[in-house]
Amino acid sequence: MSSDPKLRLEHVTKRFPVRGSDDTFTALDDVSFDLAEGELLVLVGPSGCGKSTLLDLLGGLTAPTSGRILLDGRPVTGPGLDRGIVFQQYALLPWRTARANIEFGLEAEGLPARTRREVADHHLELVGLAGFGDRYPHELSGGMKQRVAIARSLAFDPEVLLMDEPFAALDAQTRESLQDELLRIRLETGKTILFITHGIDEAVYLGQRVAVLTPRPGRVKTIVDVDIDRTVDDVRSTEEFRHHRHIVWTELHSETDPAAGSSHASAPLTKVVDHVRN
Amino acid sequence: MSGTSATLVRGTADAVAAGPGVGSAGPADAGATDSVTSARAGLARRFGSFVWGLIEPAVAIVVFLALWEIAPRVGLVDAVFLPPFSTVVDALVDLVVSGRLADHLGASLSRAVTGFAVALLVAVPLGVVIGWYRSVSVLLNPILEMFRNTAVLALLPVFVLVLGIGETSKVALVIYASVFPILLNTISGVRTVDPLLVKSARSLGLPTYRLFQKVILPAAVPTIFTGIRMAAASSVLVLIAAEMVGAKAGLGYLITASQLNFQIPNMYAGIVAISVVGLVFNGVLVAVEHRLSRWRGAQQ
Repeated sequence: MSSDPKLRLEHVTKRFPVRGSDDTFTALDDVSFDLAEGELLVLVGPSGCGKSTLLDLLGGLTAPTSGRILLDGRPVTGPGLDRGIVFQQYALLPWRTARANIEFGLEAEGLPARTRREVADHHLELVGLAGFGDRYPHELSGGMKQRVAIARSLAFDPEVLLMDEPFAALDAQTRESLQDELLRIRLETGKTILFITHGIDEAVYLGQRVAVLTPRPGRVKTIVDVDIDRTVDDVRSTEEFRHHRHIVWTELHSETDPAAGSSHASAPLTKVVDHVRN
Repeated sequence: MSGTSATLVRGTADAVAAGPGVGSAGPADAGATDSVTSARAGLARRFGSFVWGLIEPAVAIVVFLALWEIAPRVGLVDAVFLPPFSTVVDALVDLVVSGRLADHLGASLSRAVTGFAVALLVAVPLGVVIGWYRSVSVLLNPILEMFRNTAVLALLPVFVLVLGIGETSKVALVIYASVFPILLNTISGVRTVDPLLVKSARSLGLPTYRLFQKVILPAAVPTIFTGIRMAAASSVLVLIAAEMVGAKAGLGYLITASQLNFQIPNMYAGIVAISVVGLVFNGVLVAVEHRLSRWRGAQQ
């Protein structure tokens, strides 16, 4: 690991009070990992592994109960434009055109109107939507909306891009093409990306490393290095892809094996298997 | 209707184009002639539906006005109490020419617009605060519910007693009547803003006032507008009632004064003027609303 990570999570724990009792619910338990500059790390885990909680923490919307999150060595204390978040449900402002949505973050930065427009148009082009700047979100397909959302998060040039199951709501073909787009955009921009998903294929296809999370409480079980050649055609059918896919699958699956967990663990089991089949 | 006839025309045009290509066989020729006639019929039908499209909305109104005109003339109703529509129009023209209508209209409109503007300036910010901050809502909700459920006209004597019979009491009454629809709709508009949009804006580090300005208010605009249109209707109602009770000018005053002086055509002229004002008011609001919610597109 690089000695100077872009993003570092140090023993991050988050507990929530349980309503009507003195107990607390542990959403994240002692989560630690590093992201090197320009790296794409994928977090994969079943429901209940604390993905949303982790994202809120990284976004600075809530603070960890204990532990620290460091961005470029400085602790994260609140929301800011050094992190860009891409949500599953796009979160585009429906009353703004695609271009005006991309300009949204730039307005928060206080850039003059002409610069905003130039930056927005550049990013529309980057995500392959040149000429669609004047469309309203309801006039765009799901895949196009997510492209706009990605462009919006890249436009204000954040240090890290946080992506919360961004392609989960898309059909399979659109998803694959956007995965390729993301890899291309990453090469073009050199962004550090933290990508959250529950799709194993997606995780192995995108991630240089895949962190497997376990549910209740959310923990990092293991981090799998995915060292595969992505320049060949149909990467997903190669032997090494299937090999890495199987490793991640086994890590996820063993966690929810009835023999490994308590009876509570059997509920998420079926869910994980479903996701795997998807 | 125009849609189906358009496809019909397009269909026959295709048939005409295909006709010669099929060859010189008898049935194909016959088919081509048929389609030419039906193309003409389609054009005629399209023209017909265009004209009907212009007439259709007016039919019910024309029938109503014709009834109004005929009923007093044939003695179905007493022409003294319900003069024929043409007599009312004559009275209306006289009122317009003499400038009296403009005076009354001006008096009513200035009260309505002033009260309405004040209500808007009060209710929207208050609604945003109540909708957003739970503690404010808990604090203010009981008293708002109490006032909201007190019929405005029941308070009319109170307003007159406290604020006199001048402009203030009438404007205050319009404010009171307009505030609640706008306030309640603003509250519900703010509460139903997509939380994801708020979260997304928050994650950009937007300060709260920017959040209101750039996310919450625009998202609530369609709901607020529903309230604004309701407020417009109820403010006209209340204003006319107030002017009937005590005023020296205004459309409500025109109506009661004409009735008391037995100038029945003038009374009806005043009523017609009010209905036109209401229509125009609503039309303007619908246009503004449409302009502000273009982004909703097909959902409307």
